[in-house]
Amino acid sequence: MELKQIKTLLEISHSEAIVRRYFVVNGFDGALTMLGLIMGFYVSDRVDLTVVITSCLAAALALGMSGVSSAYISEAAERRRDLAQLEKAMVTSLDESHHARAATWIPWLVALVNGIAPLLIALIIIVPLWLARSGMVLALEPLLAAMAVALVIIFLLGVFLGRVGGIFWLWSGLQSLAVALVTVGLIYLIG
Amino acid sequence: MASVQRLVLDVLKPHQPNTLEFARAIAALGEDYRVDIRVAEVDEQTETLLVVIEGDKLDFERITGAISKNGGSLHSIDEVSVVGK
Repeated sequence: MELKQIKTLLEISHSEAIVRRYFVVNGFDGALTMLGLIMGFYVSDRVDLTVVITSCLAAALALGMSGVSSAYISEAAERRRDLAQLEKAMVTSLDESHHARAATWIPWLVALVNGIAPLLIALIIIVPLWLARSGMVLALEPLLAAMAVALVIIFLLGVFLGRVGGIFWLWSGLQSLAVALVTVGLIYLIG
Repeated sequence: MASVQRLVLDVLKPHQPNTLEFARAIAALGEDYRVDIRVAEVDEQTETLLVVIEGDKLDFERITGAISKNGGSLHSIDEVSVVGK
């Protein structure tokens, strides 16, 4: 399917905002989950880096799978319902229309975005751990470096949301960062 | 062979694509196609349009195809102008 066709289907089904929302919400989920997991390992004493990487990878994959399946199931049901309502209002079948194609393809697109966002973000956060395991010397301790990457990504997601909503970018970035820091603080307290 | 040069169609369509996009989709079928649309009625999920299409040689099949593809349903052909050549 061409990019132009995807754009048409997104416009017809009013899905651009939904895709953007899913990307940010689940991307934030992925980043915060990784941050929490790595912080948990950090406050535990002497956890092997291989264990940390495996656990983070497993969590990232689970987030990805959960994102794809949950979004597909809910979006497909919503789209089918919307199409049926529209066909009822039109008193005709819309099988040959962009609307029917959108009802088929948009759930897949939304599901992919919903699954790929946390997976991709989690993989980026794990990069410092991989580098450290492969022998590269980092400026920070590997777990701290990974947490720093997570905090930067969370800040950037906040900035992105600020730009979408027309809020001052620094303010929305700091809001997201505050949520992440509170999470880190809570984990530190229980650790 | 006679060529269709003007059609006035009564079309029901969903709100999306909007009227402008709908007109563009039909106009894109031919270089000399001119499309004028008047929105006759707006309901909760649909709108009724009076679509006027002019051109040297209108292709009715392709026009109805474009209408269907964009979710529209042709209710009636209200006016036609056909020239015998």
